[in-house]
Amino acid sequence: MSFFDLKARRAAAATAAKDAVPSTSAKDTTRTVPWVEKYRPKSLSDVTAQDHTITVLKRTLQSSNLPHMLFYGPPGTGKTSTVLALAKELYGPDLMKSRVLELNASDERGISIVRDKIKNFARTSVSNATTSQSSAYPCPPYKIIILDEADSMTQDAQSALRRTMETYSKITRFCLICNYVTRIIDPLASRCSKFRFKPLDAGSAEERLREICEKEGVRCEDGVIEELIKVAEGDLRRAITYLQSAAKLHNPNGITIEGDQQEDEGDRMDVDDAGQGSEVVTVRSIQEIAGVVPDDVVEQLLKACEPKKGRSVYTEVAKIVEDMVADGWNAGQILVQLYNILVYDDVVTADQKNEIVLLFSEVDKRLADGSDEHLQILDLALRISAVLAK
Amino acid sequence: MPLLVDKHRPRSLEALHYHEGLSQRLKALANSGDFPHLLIYGPSGAGKKTRIVATLKELYGPGAEKIRIDSRIFTTTSNRKIEFNIVSSNYHLEITPSDVGTYDRVVIQSLLKETAQTQQVDTSAKQRFKVVVINEAEHLSRDAQAALRRTMEKYSPNLRLILVANSTANIIPPIKSRTLLVRVSAPTEGEIEGILKYTAGLEGLEYREALGRRIAKDSGRNLRKALLMLEAVYAQNEIVKDDTPIPPPDYEALISQIADEVLAEHTPARIMQVRSKFYDLLTHCIPATVILKLLTFRLIEKCDDALKADVIKWSAFYEHRLHSGSKVIFHLEAFVAKFMRILEGYLMGMVDF
Ligand SMILES: Nc1ncnc2c1ncn2[C@@H]1O[C@H](COP(=O)(O)OP(=O)(O)O)[C@@H](O)[C@H]1O
Ligand SMILES: [Mg+2]
Repeated sequence: MSFFDLKARRAAAATAAKDAVPSTSAKDTTRTVPWVEKYRPKSLSDVTAQDHTITVLKRTLQSSNLPHMLFYGPPGTGKTSTVLALAKELYGPDLMKSRVLELNASDERGISIVRDKIKNFARTSVSNATTSQSSAYPCPPYKIIILDEADSMTQDAQSALRRTMETYSKITRFCLICNYVTRIIDPLASRCSKFRFKPLDAGSAEERLREICEKEGVRCEDGVIEELIKVAEGDLRRAITYLQSAAKLHNPNGITIEGDQQEDEGDRMDVDDAGQGSEVVTVRSIQEIAGVVPDDVVEQLLKACEPKKGRSVYTEVAKIVEDMVADGWNAGQILVQLYNILVYDDVVTADQKNEIVLLFSEVDKRLADGSDEHLQILDLALRISAVLAK
Repeated sequence: MPLLVDKHRPRSLEALHYHEGLSQRLKALANSGDFPHLLIYGPSGAGKKTRIVATLKELYGPGAEKIRIDSRIFTTTSNRKIEFNIVSSNYHLEITPSDVGTYDRVVIQSLLKETAQTQQVDTSAKQRFKVVVINEAEHLSRDAQAALRRTMEKYSPNLRLILVANSTANIIPPIKSRTLLVRVSAPTEGEIEGILKYTAGLEGLEYREALGRRIAKDSGRNLRKALLMLEAVYAQNEIVKDDTPIPPPDYEALISQIADEVLAEHTPARIMQVRSKFYDLLTHCIPATVILKLLTFRLIEKCDDALKADVIKWSAFYEHRLHSGSKVIFHLEAFVAKFMRILEGYLMGMVDF
């Protein structure tokens, strides 16, 4: 593939080099901020659905002796937002820059960085805050080092942190953030107070999403919010990103006020049903963005798997699977959807379900190992069919 | 002479043939002033790359087509030097990090930061951000993907990513939740026929409907493959008729031959014989999965319905072994041996009755 591309692109390079550069003026760069950033909680009270964690944190703050902290929980549940809000409440926006060091997985964080950059920051003692600063904010006499996505740090780098954490604990607090607590070595984890972040419950997520829809003027058909919550599986970042993507696809040029879009609609109507004008976000577009296979496609496959009298199911199943793969549907997604239908299907007997879940376990493992999606889904479908025939 | 696939590759979003809805959306996004990070996925030959090149042109104008290929040296923390090729225009970079295996994180980290921190050279550029196209994103190591996470948020004023993948299966969720996922399905057989006809017209070839239909069907909805087949038929025959045989690529012909041999004789000696053909294919860089899959479907075509599910079962089994094991040849051979057993058993059973 790259072979042809390279050739084509070389050719393109050669011809294009002859053309003159068109002098287009830079577009007005009133940049739109991603909604996840725009609606990032600004203060601790703004963080929703993590009541217990936030209460404990607030209490800890008042005791004026902040421990080292470890925030853990699935993505998009407010960990980064919480620590940033916390830092802001402690130091205020100005002082924050000099008092907080934020490093994440996109920064180099090998041993050498832990030994140099982190250590250097950790050991410098804080200068006194000016009175104007300290009157508005507590400005405690220590700095904070945030190690976001700490589970991607190597064991060695984590070990190297131990000493630094102890030596400078008077003037520096660490906040480690990760998805899996088990990926943080014990000597580090045991030095921290742990705060767990839960996947967002549907109610809180819905409230947040509705608020964003209202502020951004997004119109949704019934069921869109519910679908967003379903596909996001407790990850609010994902829900917000999908919502913004859908809004953008339906309405790429910003929100037009209802009524004044009508006039220039004339020749647009026949262009495409998507992408133009101020449309309502649909459930299907959320599913498309999330890669959810349409129900009728999955049902078609299951129907083909049903045993036929005196006739092999192979040809029909193989054709449908081939098309699903060519349509780009993700095997893992197909797996989940098939599973959800089959295990709740009353017509399938308990014995058959027992056998079927074994198949899912096996195929899931193979896919995780990088097996070919086409062969695995075909195999799964044929084996399900054999079980259903029993 | 350029191949037909390249010669008539559409250059702009308007010129793209199928998935008009998708092209419209990309166009609208490109003109919205708020272009998101994209994760474009779909089977190979579906037209992902063509669509991206056209989108870049929509974003930046024809300047995005003026590309050069540079080789860069990166130094790892352990002081290892790695060489890496970058395709770029003034406005975008295109990289294939899987070329450097597990060093992909180093390359991604330094390259993206560097790109994000430098402003557009061309001050008249239509967009303030640069685009980095990352090919084969599904092969990025987990480390490299982790490195992308915050980068995507932190540098979003100056940087947009377009990740290209055949499947989203190995893309970590935090990346998926930071990109707009765009699925590009392969063109249907009907759409492929339309493009074959159109291309034949451009080339002044006498198009045969029935031939086009056969090519579309044989291509497995892979447009690149269909165009290559069209070109091969016309290059190899002076007079092209509806039933002119479509010459398969060499490796496919060889695999068909293996299938015939395996079907004809079920002995250890025969396994030995096909082994050398497997080696031949492997040394020509045909991926083991491609060999196994193609062989499977060739065998399936010619064996009884009653056996098909079983053959697929073992094919899927050994294909998995290709990934979890280390010597692909073992598993290819094991599949052949297994197939012979299944077929023998079946034939014996038939005789019994
Ligand atoms: N508990 C929450 N309350 C309010 N918004 C949240 C919450 N969790 C996530 N979000 C939203 O999701 C985005 C990502 O949250 P973030 O704190 O970065 O998640 P992570 O836990 O992965 O660090 C935020 O910008 C915010 O819009
Ligand atoms: Mg985070």
